[in-house]
Amino acid sequence: MKRISIPELALVVLVGPSGSGKSTFARSHFKSTEVLSSDYCRGLVADDESCQTATDDAFAVLHFIAAKRLAAGRLTVIDATNVQPDGRKPLVALAREYHCLPVAIVLDLPEKTCRERNASRPDRSFGAHVVRQQVQQLRRSLRNLEREGFRHVFVLSSPEEVGTATVERQPLWNNLKSEHGPFDVIGDVHGCYAELTTLLERLGYDLATRRHPSGRKAVFLGDLVDRGPKVPEVLRLVMDMVAGGGALCVPGNHDVRLMRKLRGKDVQLTHGLAESMAQLEAEPAEFRQCVVAFLDDLVSHYVLDDGRLVVAHAGMKAEMQGRGSGKVRDFALYGETTGETDEFGLPVRHNWAADYRGRALVVYGHTPVPEPEWLNGTINIDTGCVFGGHLTALRYPEKELVSVPAERTWSEPSKPFLEPALQAPALTAQQAYDDVLDLEDVVGKRLVSTRLRGNITVREENAIAALEVMSRFAVNPRWLIYLPPTMSPSETASDGPLLEHPTQAFAYFRHEGVPAVVCEEKHMGSRTVVIVCRDADAARRRFGVVDDVAGICSTRTGRRFFEDAALEAELLHRVREAADHASLWEELGTDWICLDCELMPWSAKAQELLRGQYAAVGAASRAAFAEAVPALESAAAGGIAVDDLLVRARERAALTERYVAAYRQYCWPVTGLRDLKLAPFHLLASEGAVHVDKDHRWHMQMAMRLCDASDGLLLKTPHLAVDVTDSASEAEAVRWWEQLTARGGEGMVVKPLVFVTRGRRGVVQPALKCRGPEYLRIIYGPEYTRPEHLERLRSRGLSVKRSLALREFALGVEALERFVRGEPLRRVHECVFGVLALESEPVDPRL
Amino acid sequence: MLLTITATLEDGADLGYLLHKSPGRVHSFELAFGVAHVFYPEVTPSRATVAVLLEVDPVGLVRGRGPDSSAPLEQYVNDRPYVASSFLSVAIGRLFAPTLGGRSKERPDLAARAWPLVARISVLPCRGGEPLLRRLFEPLAYEVAATQHLLDETRPDWGASSYFTVELRATRRLAELLTHLYVLIPVLDDDKHYWVGDDEVDKLLKHGEGWLAAHPERELIARRYLRHRRSLARQALERLLAEEAPAVGADQVPAAAEEEIEHRISLNEQRLGAVLAVLKQSGAQRVLDLGCGEGHLLRQLSRDRTLTEIVGMDVSHRALEIASERLKLERLPERHRERLKLIQGSLLYRDRRLDGYDAAALVEVIEHLDPPRLAACERNVFEFAHPRTVVVTTPNAEFNVKLDGLARGALRHRDHRFEWSRAEFEAWAQRTAERFGYGVRFLPVGPCDATVGAPTQMGVFER
Repeated sequence: MKRISIPELALVVLVGPSGSGKSTFARSHFKSTEVLSSDYCRGLVADDESCQTATDDAFAVLHFIAAKRLAAGRLTVIDATNVQPDGRKPLVALAREYHCLPVAIVLDLPEKTCRERNASRPDRSFGAHVVRQQVQQLRRSLRNLEREGFRHVFVLSSPEEVGTATVERQPLWNNLKSEHGPFDVIGDVHGCYAELTTLLERLGYDLATRRHPSGRKAVFLGDLVDRGPKVPEVLRLVMDMVAGGGALCVPGNHDVRLMRKLRGKDVQLTHGLAESMAQLEAEPAEFRQCVVAFLDDLVSHYVLDDGRLVVAHAGMKAEMQGRGSGKVRDFALYGETTGETDEFGLPVRHNWAADYRGRALVVYGHTPVPEPEWLNGTINIDTGCVFGGHLTALRYPEKELVSVPAERTWSEPSKPFLEPALQAPALTAQQAYDDVLDLEDVVGKRLVSTRLRGNITVREENAIAALEVMSRFAVNPRWLIYLPPTMSPSETASDGPLLEHPTQAFAYFRHEGVPAVVCEEKHMGSRTVVIVCRDADAARRRFGVVDDVAGICSTRTGRRFFEDAALEAELLHRVREAADHASLWEELGTDWICLDCELMPWSAKAQELLRGQYAAVGAASRAAFAEAVPALESAAAGGIAVDDLLVRARERAALTERYVAAYRQYCWPVTGLRDLKLAPFHLLASEGAVHVDKDHRWHMQMAMRLCDASDGLLLKTPHLAVDVTDSASEAEAVRWWEQLTARGGEGMVVKPLVFVTRGRRGVVQPALKCRGPEYLRIIYGPEYTRPEHLERLRSRGLSVKRSLALREFALGVEALERFVRGEPLRRVHECVFGVLALESEPVDPRL
Repeated sequence: MLLTITATLEDGADLGYLLHKSPGRVHSFELAFGVAHVFYPEVTPSRATVAVLLEVDPVGLVRGRGPDSSAPLEQYVNDRPYVASSFLSVAIGRLFAPTLGGRSKERPDLAARAWPLVARISVLPCRGGEPLLRRLFEPLAYEVAATQHLLDETRPDWGASSYFTVELRATRRLAELLTHLYVLIPVLDDDKHYWVGDDEVDKLLKHGEGWLAAHPERELIARRYLRHRRSLARQALERLLAEEAPAVGADQVPAAAEEEIEHRISLNEQRLGAVLAVLKQSGAQRVLDLGCGEGHLLRQLSRDRTLTEIVGMDVSHRALEIASERLKLERLPERHRERLKLIQGSLLYRDRRLDGYDAAALVEVIEHLDPPRLAACERNVFEFAHPRTVVVTTPNAEFNVKLDGLARGALRHRDHRFEWSRAEFEAWAQRTAERFGYGVRFLPVGPCDATVGAPTQMGVFER
C-alpha cells in the first residue's frame, strides 16, 4: 500500500494518459471542489467535454480558477493528462506565484489497460495512437519531474497500487496556529549573551530550567550569531530552550551563512562570521554538528495564535504568510531589496511594512532601528544590541516592549544607525507614513469591521461622492478622528395636531427594554466636533500635526467650521481655558479631548441654506399672499363667490408669517466670538479612552463643569432623566418638552442612559430627536400643520434612517476606538470616510 | 401664486369671451399638482381683470415623486407653491387652450385684435435678475416694471431675493401675451417641474413660432427651456453638500465667472498651448492630466499622435462625465479609446494607477487645495507617481490688479484656496524640486506686464 503524503496547501498535479484513472483517483481522495478537470472546463467553454478545439480556452479557465484557489490558500488538484512538459510548466509557475508546493502524482499504467478502459467509454472515440503517444510522453517525463520544480513526486505503477494508495495531508511546518502563547518575541541577539540572560530574567524565565514558570514561550527572531562576544553560549541556551519546548526560533540570514560555512561551503568570513567561527572553533566538534542540525531544521517563519501573530526574521508579506516556497524563505531571511545600494554599500531595503495590509501582527527584526516602531500592524524589534543599542522583547498578547541596554558596543555598524536625528524624530514612523493615505484604502465597495455592529458595507457610488467631498473640503485627515452619526426622529404621532411627540420616543426605548433615558434640549445650531489639545506639542505628539495648531472645529461632514483661523484659534483657546479651570486634563490623564457640540447660531454656518432656501421661501410666500388676498377681496366685493378661497388664503398667509418667525429664532448676526455659543454634550474621547462606556449623566456632568469654568462661550444643555416605566416621570418630561418648544426651542434629544445600550435586537438608537411643532415648519414647510397636509405627512418611513444612524454610530465609535488604540491613520480614516459615504445615501432629508 | 391680466376693451365683459370663462363665477380646475382657480376681480364697461390663482399642493410636490424625492430641490420648504413657474405654464395651457391657439368660438374678431394688456405676476423668480427679465420681454415690445423683494426685511445684510413682482404692458393679441408667458416664465425661473423629454423641443418650436427665431436671446431661451436632468451621481453629491456652502452647482457658475474675467486675453488657450509645448519638448509619450476637469487639455493632448497614453484624473465625478461627453469617449474607435482614459482620483491620496508615466500636468489645480493638504499632493505627484516631467500652472496673484471685474484682494475663483505671487510660487517650486530630486524652470503664460508679470505662472519640473 502506497502512502502519499502531501502538504496541506499544495498544487497537486495528476499525471497520466487518458484512461489511467485520474478522475476516479481524484474523486476518491479529494473533495470534488478541490479537483479542477480539463474535461469539465472544456464543457464549460464549449458545451462538449471532448472538444479539442476548445483546449486553450479550457486551460485558461482552469488556470484562472486554480489561481483564485491558491491565492485563497486552498489545496487544488489538476485533473488533466499533464503528460507534456509544456502543460506542466504553467502549473509549476502558478504554484510558485502563490508560494505553494507543486506535487506530482503519476499514474503510470500499462498502455493496454488505458486503451481498454477508453474503449469501454462512448465519449473516448479517439484512436489507439493517442494513448500510445501519451504513454510515451509520460515515460519521457518521469525522470524530469523534480527538475521541472515538483517538490514531491509519487508514482503509482499498477491498477492495484492506484486502488490501494492513501493520501495524507501534512500541516506546513510554519503552521503553529494552535499555539496561543503567551509569547515573548526577542529581536536579533548576535551573540550578546549577557544582555540575553538579563532580558530573559527580566521577562521571568528561569535560566536553570530554561523555561518560564507560567509557561510563556520565548520566540527568537533569528540572527543569534555573528559579531557579538558569546555566540556559542547564545546558541547553547536557545537550542536548549527550543529542545525543551520553552522557545521557538526562526532563522536569520546570519544563522544560514554560519550553517553553510560550518558545512564547508565557500562563504566569506565577513559581517562578523569570523568571530562566530573563531568562537565555535573552541567548542567540541559534536557541538558544531548540533548547531548545524539545529539551524538546518529552523522553519522560515511561524504563524501563531490562530493566525493573529506572525514571526519572521526580516518580516513577512500578507500573501506569503503560512506559505512555503523558496521565495517565502528568502523573504523571511532577507526581506525585499530594491536592487540598489546606499552610500554605505548596503542594499537598499524595500519597506514592505509600508504596504502591509494584513490582519496578522508581524514581529520581525533584521534591520537595526533606534526604537521599535509600529507601522501598519507590524513592528521591528531589532534595536541593534550588538551595535550598542538595546536587546528588545515584545510581550504578546500584551504588546508591551521590554528592553535591556547593550553592555557595550560590541561591533561598529557600517552605517550609523543611532543617528541623532533619528533618535528624536518629530513624528513617529507611523505618523510620518500617515502623511499620505492610499486611495485603495477608501474607494470601491468596502467592508469596514466595527466592534458595535460587525461588518458595515460602503457602496462604491457613495465612496465616489465621499472622495470628492473629503478631498475638496475636509480638514487634514489627521484631525478627522470622528464624524457624528445622523439622528432619527421619534416615531410619528398617529393622531392629534402634532407630527412628533415625546410619547413615541419613550415608547421606543421602553419597547427595546431600556428603562432609563435622558432628555437633552436640542440646540438649534450646527453640529461641531471640537478637538482641543493642551498645547501644540500635544497636537504633534498625538495627532502628528506639525503646523502649530492645537485643535480644530469641524463640521459634521469633516469641514473646517471657521474660515477665519484666528477666530477658530480663539474659540479653541477659550475651551482650553475652561478645561484648565475644570482640571479636566489631570482628572482624565490626557492632553487632548474630543467634544461633540452644537454651535449657535445656526446662521453662522448655514448662511447659504438660510438665504437660498429658508428666507427665500419666506420672501416668496409673503409676496404671493400680499397680492392674492387683495385680489380675492376685490372679487368678493364684486359679488363673486370666492369666500372659501379668501378664508383659505388668509389662513395660509398667517402660517407663512409663523414660518418666518420660526427660522428667525435661530439667526442672529455674528461679528465675533462673543456672538457665538458652543454647547458641548459628549466628551467623546481623551488619551487612552473612548468614553462611550460612560452614561450620559457623566457626559452632562463633564459638559456642565466645562460650562461652569467657561467665561460665557460655553452653553449648558438643560436635561432631564426620565424613567420610561413610570408615567408620572414621562408626563413631567412631556411638560418639560412643551415648555421648551413653546419658548421657540427646536425640541429635545432622547438618549438611552448608557451611551452604547444593547436592546432586544442589538445596539439601540443612540439618540432620537423629538422636534417642536413650530420648528417643524422649517422642515415640512410653512403650511404643514393644515390638517390636509398633516395627515399625509404622518406616513414616513424611519427604517432607512434608523439603520443609517446605527451604522454611522458604529463607524464613528470605531474610528475613535482605533485612534485611541494608536492604530494607523488609514484604519481610522476608513471609518470616518465610511460615515461620510453613508451620509450620501438617499434618505428622506426631513427625518 | 397669482397672475392677473388686465385688458382694456370695448366692453370689459368681452374678456370672458376671449378666455372662454364667464366673469360671473369662479372656475376651478384640478391639475396634477393642485387646483387652479380663475376669477375676475374687476369687470367694468371698458376694462376687465382676470386672475389665475394656483393652489399648488406642497405635500403632493414631494410625495409620490418616485425615487428622486429626497433631492434637495424637492424639499417641503419650497418656493414652488408661491411663485410663477412651469406650473403656471401648464395651467395656462390647460385653462386657456383655445385662447393660446388664437381661437374664440363665439367672437373670433376679438381674438384676432391687439388690445392694451397688462399682465401682473405676483412672484416671478428671475435667475439672471432684472437685466435678463428686460432682455427677454423688451425685444417683444413689452414695457417692463419690476419690484425686487428683500430676502428678509429684518436682515438687510442678507440682500435681495431673486423674486420680483412684475408688470408687463403691451398692446398685443391675448394669445401672444399668453404664449410669451407660457414660454418665458420657466426660462426666467430656469427650472421645470417635469421630465424634459424630446417632445419639449416640439412644444418650444410650436409656441415660439413667429417670434422666437428673431429673439436676440433665443439661444438662452432654448437652452433653459430644454433644461436637462442631473445625473444620479450628481444627486448623491448634492445630498452631501445640501447643508453647507458652497451651495449646489457652485463650481460651475464661478468657473464661468473665472473664464469671463480671463476671457479677454483668451488665457486658457495660451495656457493649454504652453503646457502642450512643454510636454512635447520633454519627449513624453505617456502623460497624466491631474485635475483634468472637463477635459480642455485632454482634447488638445488627444490630437497629438505622438502620445501613446493619456490619462485624465479628476476628483469630481461630474466633471469626468462632462469630459467624457465632450471627448465623445464612447464613440471613439477602439484604438483611440485605449489611448485615452478617464479616472476618478484624488491628489490627496496615493494612487498606484499613476505610477510609471513620463509626464504629469497640473493645470490650475494646486490653488484648489487647502495649503495644509498640499504636502500630500506633493508627495503623491513627485515621490510616488514620480514622472520625469511635471508641469504645474497656477494664477499669478500679482496680475489680479489687471483683471477688470475682480475686486481688490479677491481671488479669481470661489474655490481657490490661495493665489500666489511669483516669489511665493517660485519658493514653493524650488523647495519641492529640491526635496524630490527635480530641477525646475519657470515660464510666464499670457501677456507679460513689466511690473506684475503674466496672468499665469508655470513651473516645469524635470528629473
